[in-house]
Amino acid sequence: MKVRVLGAGAAGLVAATELARHGADVELVDRSATLGVEACAWCAGGMLAPWCEGESAEPFVVENGQKALAWWREHSSTFVQNGTLVLAGRRDHGELTRFARMSDHHEPCEGNALAALEPDLGERFERALFFAGEAHVDPRLALQHLADGLVAEGASLRLGQTMTPEEAEKDVDLVIDCRGFAARDQVAGLRGVRGEMMIVRCPGFALARAVRLLHPRWPLYVVPRADHVFMLGATMIESEHHGPVTLRSAGELIEAAQALHPAFNEAEILELRADVRPAFADNLPRVERQGKTISINGLYRHGFLLSPWCAGEAVRLAGLGPEAIAAPAEDLVA
Amino acid sequence: MTLSQPWSDAPMRLYDHTFNSRLLLGTARYPSPAVLARAVGASKAEIVTVSLRREQAGQRSGQAFFELLRSLNVKLLPNTADCHSVKEAVTTAHMARELFQTDWIKLEVIGNAETLQPDIFGLVEAARILCADGFAVFPYMTEDLVLAEKLLAVGCKVLMPWGAPIGSGRGLNNSYGLRTLRAWFPDVPLIVDAGLGLPSHAAAAMELGYDACLLNTAVAKAGDPAKMATAFAKAIAAGRLAYEAQPMEPRDFAEPSTPLAGKARLA
Repeated sequence: MKVRVLGAGAAGLVAATELARHGADVELVDRSATLGVEACAWCAGGMLAPWCEGESAEPFVVENGQKALAWWREHSSTFVQNGTLVLAGRRDHGELTRFARMSDHHEPCEGNALAALEPDLGERFERALFFAGEAHVDPRLALQHLADGLVAEGASLRLGQTMTPEEAEKDVDLVIDCRGFAARDQVAGLRGVRGEMMIVRCPGFALARAVRLLHPRWPLYVVPRADHVFMLGATMIESEHHGPVTLRSAGELIEAAQALHPAFNEAEILELRADVRPAFADNLPRVERQGKTISINGLYRHGFLLSPWCAGEAVRLAGLGPEAIAAPAEDLVA
Repeated sequence: MTLSQPWSDAPMRLYDHTFNSRLLLGTARYPSPAVLARAVGASKAEIVTVSLRREQAGQRSGQAFFELLRSLNVKLLPNTADCHSVKEAVTTAHMARELFQTDWIKLEVIGNAETLQPDIFGLVEAARILCADGFAVFPYMTEDLVLAEKLLAVGCKVLMPWGAPIGSGRGLNNSYGLRTLRAWFPDVPLIVDAGLGLPSHAAAAMELGYDACLLNTAVAKAGDPAKMATAFAKAIAAGRLAYEAQPMEPRDFAEPSTPLAGKARLA
């Protein structure tokens, strides 16, 4: 079966990988000349944190996000399973109580236990929640790793090309449309949720795992990369504006980072970037087949977490695999 | 009133519009728009506020979210949340009027970034400008009596004193001050805006004779927002009914509710 995948972000690359594994002859097409730079995944934290997400996401995300842990362990050399640490400053301890109530698979972590996990944070925070089973990947390296793996297996990768869904259906048996927000004119009910992030290098600071700092207005997560590089994210704004990061958002990210640790005052800003996440009203993904095209969209802030589930659905809808997993709840706005 | 209706028989009038529900809901910080829609539907709220400041970062950029709000078929009350100056608030109000085709504006001029306390001086000035420009202004204010008089003098016909700082969930910090406002302005619609955490807080505000309550975080951040919105709607209806029913006066000593006449007196 000849399959053309539109969009080489997390959803597209994971779907392509799974389809190829099930015997499809895969061609991957992306508008960007450089792999990934125009994908939401380029701005992603790369957190595989299904239980933390349970704080605000539907149970569907918690349940199906767990499958992502095994998938990425197998498919990314940057997979690190050191858990997630959720922190709050003293005056926001109520936020920690709420977070604990809304999620599971965590244990309280205080004092010496906290310092043992993250020595740089132990003396600054009294209380935390530890989600031991969670993990993270480096999203940009993960994308490249998947692309390399596909090409090595004989798939073709066509970068710097755009195709309409109609053009894409020519000469192939199946199209997987993973264009995210770029497909908004074809996908009813899709909205954009703007996110802004920052990448810094901070030699005086170390983290072994993703950390979330709770704050009623400016929640922050920090994901460590190699060489003392950290990704700080991310704003959540109900806007489809694609413009550069605003001073206000940069200020909020910086202020939250300073609250996490004063070492960030000396950090060098390597990158400030904004993108628009594709989402449906319930913030759950949809995998739907219409004729020759399967659309995977609406992964919202769960691109790495839910792309393995979406890929499984696509394989099933393509008739290549037996996987049948319960669909997300109906959109109740409509 | 029938038991199936979570509101009193007496409708509420705000700037020539009539409403049955006395719950106004904010639309920020819900887990998803779908959860927000369920909360609005379950609580039968008829007015929702929407923040323009950030969602409209670029031209027409928040369109999809605004379309979702419009599909709720409730009255939209745009707000100037996060505006820290008169100019910002006035500009945002004009953007809101254009975008939502409404003269209604919930006016916030924030004076302190930590407590989100209103800048009451900037508030009066912004209200004066907007009222003169034909806006129906809903000012987010402290419970200060003199501030209230000044806001009414510049043309506000509804007042929205805070219960406690925004998002704090502490309830009515100064019920004496709120009671004074009610007594002083018996004919002005008064809405407690901000600081409510529990339905009992809202019921207490309504028992003071407040016309309505506006809240956001208490519902949006509840474990089950739709259920909590319903709880607030019921508490607000109960408080309103109690106010209309004219509660008994408290006393310092017991008073038997059973008549004593005819009871045997044993020497």
